[in-house]
Amino acid sequence: MTARKMASPHDFSFQEFEEAAELLSANPDASTHSTARLENVNVGMNMEDDEDAQEETEMLTRQKKNFKFWSFEYYQSFFNIDTFQVLDRIKGSVLPLPGRSFVKHHLRNNPDLYGPFWICATLALIMAISGNVSTFLNESGDSNYHYSPQFHKVTVACVIIYCYAWLVPLGLWGFLQWRTNQSRSLSNYSFLETVSTYGYSLFIYIPAAVLCVIPEGWVHWLIFLLATVVSGSVLIFTFWPILSDDTRVAALSTMVAIIVLHLLLAVCCKFYFFPITQQPLPLTTTAASLVNVTASAPKAHAV
Amino acid sequence: MAEVDESTKPLFAGLSDVSISEDIPVEGEISVPVDSPTQDDEYSTLDEPVKETILRDLKAVGKKFVHVLYPKKSTALLRDWDLWGPLLLCVTLALMLQRSSTDSKEDGGPQFAEVFVLIWFGSVVITLNSKLLGGTISFFQSLCVLGYCILPLTVAMIICRLVLLGSEGIVSFIIRFIVVIVSFGWSTFASTAFLADSQPPNRKALVVYPIFLFYFVISWMILTFAPSSSSSTKTVGH
Repeated sequence: MTARKMASPHDFSFQEFEEAAELLSANPDASTHSTARLENVNVGMNMEDDEDAQEETEMLTRQKKNFKFWSFEYYQSFFNIDTFQVLDRIKGSVLPLPGRSFVKHHLRNNPDLYGPFWICATLALIMAISGNVSTFLNESGDSNYHYSPQFHKVTVACVIIYCYAWLVPLGLWGFLQWRTNQSRSLSNYSFLETVSTYGYSLFIYIPAAVLCVIPEGWVHWLIFLLATVVSGSVLIFTFWPILSDDTRVAALSTMVAIIVLHLLLAVCCKFYFFPITQQPLPLTTTAASLVNVTASAPKAHAV
Repeated sequence: MAEVDESTKPLFAGLSDVSISEDIPVEGEISVPVDSPTQDDEYSTLDEPVKETILRDLKAVGKKFVHVLYPKKSTALLRDWDLWGPLLLCVTLALMLQRSSTDSKEDGGPQFAEVFVLIWFGSVVITLNSKLLGGTISFFQSLCVLGYCILPLTVAMIICRLVLLGSEGIVSFIIRFIVVIVSFGWSTFASTAFLADSQPPNRKALVVYPIFLFYFVISWMILTFAPSSSSSTKTVGH
């Protein structure tokens, strides 16, 4: 024992890893943290928490990857999450603080697919429904208006939201992976963490869409702007730490691309789901009156 | 190994000498029965009259409807699952929700196929979700429960259509709104009563939320069902 204590710190850390790995292979579900700590009670050298936690999480992620991708357990590992964890992540996406990366503070090496999937589904449905109600409230004064549920908008909403929340992270992750391979100083999040971040960052749009039932143009723009700022800052605070290791130009251009895509999503959704017909401008007054005349003519015929 | 061979050899050797004759009592019937199965053969349902078969299935479906309308934590719905009831309810709902052919192609309510796919695909996704989160219920049991719990919403749809026959104003909207809200709550409560026990305790909310969303979408479709009026003027939003 004394001989081992005299050993260099590197040997000692290797020793701990081996013991913990043995314990893990004996009982895969046990957490290695407490048993490893118990074995090395009188170490005397204050083992950094980060290194310890990093080894533990490395072993756990390795455990996850041991499942074959055609087995059900592989996909079950993406849903290994409890209610309070989901709520905590949602809270983190709504209140982004500078310096707190969403991946480090909230995901903590357990990215899940439950949040992104159901947040996207809810968002698509709420946007279609809220847009429908907003259009109805806006146009209900118009005598020519006949209410229609506009069910096809749900399909369009689903396609837009799911493509954005899954293809854009794929592109970003692929790009960052390529940059990581080029220069050694970079690190990259895993694909699941990227998807999780994007998925949870879209949560703020759900209450925004509900508030957009108010059929005023400036209200829509204000709400969407606020939601984009919150959602964009989650992405910025998460991705800036790993982007800043890159060259200045590449980092800035990637960040700008992320923000521009996010803005584009918000603006497209605003225009498609919450169109507010303005008061007819003087240029279009005659056109509007023409439309009214031609619309009322077939009505008279039908009656 | 040699011992085993020696002990079995005399047995096999002796067997060849045995011949089946009348004085050795042999058990069982070796003659093939020629006439049709008698009344004792009660497990075969192949020869019963068709009416009996249909009535038996209908009775099972009806019993499950009663379970849904008075949801208690019973396992009858889970044990003998069947998909006839969900199919019946889904087809009825889709038939009533589809838009008529005089509506414009773009706007309007869902088509029959859209409602059908939404209900079945939605049920499959919710079942997969609950299984991925660690639920112990089987795939078809969950589909069965989710399908049967559409019954209150189908009843609400029938009531809404009857109300719409009468008037189309604000009063009818309020009545329809109340009816749809009540049936939505009933459906969600009924399905949660059946499905909640099979989930791990700290993930119950994660499983109940998609069910809530599913019935919310169906309720929305029922509430916004608007029969086409004769004047198909320009509809807003293209």
